[in-house]
Amino acid sequence: MKITVTVNGADYARDVEPRLLLIHFLRDELGLTGSHWGCDTSNCGACVVWLDETPVKSCTVLAVMADGRRVTTVEALAIGTALDPVQEAFAVCHGLQCGFCTPGMMMTARWLLDHNPDPTPEEVREAISGQVCRCTGYENIVRSVLWAAKHDGPAEDEVAADEASGGHQ
Amino acid sequence: MNHAYGPLRRKEDARFIRGQGTYVDDIVLPGMLHGAILRSPLAHARITAVDASAALAHPAVVTVLTGADLAERGLAWMPTLFGDVQAVLATDKVRFQGQEIAFVVATDRYAARDALELIVVDYEPLPPLIDASTALDPGAPVVRDELPGGNHIFDWTAGDKAATDAVFAAADVVVGCAMIYPRSHPAPLETCGAIADYDAVAGKLTLWSTSQAPHAHRMLYAALTGVPEHKVRIVSPDLGGGFGAKVPVYPGYVCAVAASMALGRPVKWVEDRSENLMSTAFARDYHMQGEIAATADGRILGLRARVLADHGAFNAVAQPSKFPAGFFHIFTGSYQTQAAYCEVTGVYTNKAPGGVAYSCSFRITEAVYLVERLTDMLARELGMDPAELRMRNLLRPEQFPYTTPSGWEYDSGDYPRALQLALDMADYPALRREQAERRARGEYMGIGLSFFTEGVGAGPRSHMDIMGLGMADGADLRVHPTGKAVLAISVQTQGQGHETTFAQLVAHELGLSPDDVEVVHGDTDRTPFGLGTYGSRSTPVSGAAAVVAARKVRERARLVAAAMLEAAADDLEWLDGKWRVRGDPDLALGIVEIAKAAHSTLELPAGIEGHLDASAVYNPPNLTFPFGAYICVTDVDPGTGQVKVRRFIAVDDCGVRINPMIVEGQVHRGLADGIGIALMQSISFDEIGNCLSGSFMDYLLPTSLECPSPELGATVTPSPHHPVGAKGIGESATVGSPPAVVNSVVDALAPFGVVHADMPLTPANVWLAIQRSRARTDLPAS
Repeated sequence: MKITVTVNGADYARDVEPRLLLIHFLRDELGLTGSHWGCDTSNCGACVVWLDETPVKSCTVLAVMADGRRVTTVEALAIGTALDPVQEAFAVCHGLQCGFCTPGMMMTARWLLDHNPDPTPEEVREAISGQVCRCTGYENIVRSVLWAAKHDGPAEDEVAADEASGGHQ
Repeated sequence: MNHAYGPLRRKEDARFIRGQGTYVDDIVLPGMLHGAILRSPLAHARITAVDASAALAHPAVVTVLTGADLAERGLAWMPTLFGDVQAVLATDKVRFQGQEIAFVVATDRYAARDALELIVVDYEPLPPLIDASTALDPGAPVVRDELPGGNHIFDWTAGDKAATDAVFAAADVVVGCAMIYPRSHPAPLETCGAIADYDAVAGKLTLWSTSQAPHAHRMLYAALTGVPEHKVRIVSPDLGGGFGAKVPVYPGYVCAVAASMALGRPVKWVEDRSENLMSTAFARDYHMQGEIAATADGRILGLRARVLADHGAFNAVAQPSKFPAGFFHIFTGSYQTQAAYCEVTGVYTNKAPGGVAYSCSFRITEAVYLVERLTDMLARELGMDPAELRMRNLLRPEQFPYTTPSGWEYDSGDYPRALQLALDMADYPALRREQAERRARGEYMGIGLSFFTEGVGAGPRSHMDIMGLGMADGADLRVHPTGKAVLAISVQTQGQGHETTFAQLVAHELGLSPDDVEVVHGDTDRTPFGLGTYGSRSTPVSGAAAVVAARKVRERARLVAAAMLEAAADDLEWLDGKWRVRGDPDLALGIVEIAKAAHSTLELPAGIEGHLDASAVYNPPNLTFPFGAYICVTDVDPGTGQVKVRRFIAVDDCGVRINPMIVEGQVHRGLADGIGIALMQSISFDEIGNCLSGSFMDYLLPTSLECPSPELGATVTPSPHHPVGAKGIGESATVGSPPAVVNSVVDALAPFGVVHADMPLTPANVWLAIQRSRARTDLPAS
């Protein structure tokens, strides 16, 4: 089937099998390997990307379902060389170890903060509860998202100042 | 004062937070083909025919390998890391559900999967052996009929039986229990996979694979394929977790190698989640009968254990070869005991092979679970508080180094201090008061303790080996003319942050910034030989090698500095990151200046080679013995059996902490493991060997909702024999936390008379434990 998908702002027209999963379309067709495949059963969330404005597990979305829609992946989180506060947060708060779940976690975190800029730890835990991390026990992911909430949007020097006084150097 | 230790943002995160990590499945080579494995639906069956003709006719299929094809090349069987053999593709019969039968190679991954459906296999079903306790019964189905011993793998004992029996005979109190440490799976989020690329012209095999032990794997592939070892290159790129699951060599890797050698093209194989859970390294599956003997006033006298170990269909454990039961005989734990004895019998069953994986420190998980459950049972029997009983029996600081009844020499420890810190952090008396108040209201709150002694950093080489390879690890350090350094190491990170911690180790020794030290790992062409990362070996062994290499560089720098300063080398002292002239500390040279001179036209005294490079091989004199005290607080709903972990207090002592941020992250992970293993993670089978835990819908992993926010504490007791006093931390919490969770749940259920319940403590199992126990003892009889 011929589809056109807007991925990270660029249009891609491809002829794909109807059964092709969105995660494989992104990884194998477009070479966007930041999103990972982990389980097949939408339990782990390593494959979370945004379809239009909503996080989805791209291992259970067909590529053809994205026809005419917008997909946003971890590769679009940073704007140029400017990291999203969520990305900065995961590094500052040691919110990752092996890095495999991290892209999916960050995409969910970005969505959460866009809709709830000042979440409680419980709300963060709820938001990421459909995703699995085998390295962090989630604690530092929660801390990362809360750090990002605190640092969303302010001037860059403010972030830098806070980082100098607070987070790990 | 240069001090490169401390919390430091990880170097590797720069790529991971941008989605720029490179995992095996991210790698695409020109002309690369895709492999998929046909697996057995039956646990035990003779294979009478495999017909791949329809698959071969599929337009996208390039080749199909069967067991018969591999047998022609001598590749149908491969050695395991423990001296057994394992079928790469079955030739005679299948021995577990999910066993590998055929390997399809196609032009894309979907077509390879499609073609699996076209292969016709004729099976002659055999009765399966699923219950390990029946493995040695006369007439039991024989899993390995090609072997002389039937289902029996080994009997192994440790300790002094006569002395232990005497202690038990004289004891006031003996408490015993049968307990199962269920089969679990580490389930790293990235499954196993490989890309094999054989260059027939150069005669060189390159294998990108999910490997925690690239150098050991290189030797195995060389032996298996006949490609000489210097023409085999193993590259282990970023790994999406491992936890022990990526130590063994799996049939899928070998199939990719065989296919690439046959086709002269790169072949990728990546398993799916069901394949991962059903066929790669499981962990535990220890069926234990334990007993503890004590005086009436609560002095532990001895321990006895009888264990049946289910190793599955092939003995594919990855552990030092002199220790068929791993380090299980450390089961006297952290307590003073007069005598101890254990017997372990290993058997084959029709289940997936493996057994040592999942952050277990070679079976110390099972040992700690046994002694910590028995200690709680003893406390219950004696009517003593479990914290008091532990405090009374813990080894005292002045007893170190301490030799246990089963022969381990613990290097250092201050156990009472760690336990007291945990009790203080928890406000233990207040918790017990709260528990009493809640019980009076009919609420079931549990407080579970665990005190563990870990043993990590395997070596020495004379005592510990895998496939005859002694467990010592190398490090190569090169300091460039500008004072920037490259350290090449033998171990392989799976998320532990080696690129940062090892840079800190070297920077600390040389007065450099960690930013100036690049760490190279995961490529056998670029790194020195070593046994790899498992059993928390990296810091204790490879970290020590890095430090020794750095100290060699520092000594070499001293000679160069002496020439530069026209001073005697003996007149120089290393102080605050520089070589300084004694009595005139302003006459000083740092590594950057010395490195420049060492590569320059400066005339050096005879015998000094110049440059600033050094290599080291570290052969650890002993393991290091981290320890910790954990307290888990749970709330249990007796109506549903639901367990909620409310608090987890964890005090860890891993000696000197190089990067405390990374250390704490390791503990966080292990605590989540403990909650998962104790409450939900279990690989189970039905009576005919169907795996009932073959996906994440059935093999439940803890999420952010099950894991509490942990409360961490630390004590620091340096290891006396490690160059910087560090011990390992990678597995401590996985070892120490499951008994704390189970002790907590059993404590919560004490009013029902529950004295033990086996993991996983799922709602159903907790509810059943209540129903099977005596009636509630805290209520008046109606």
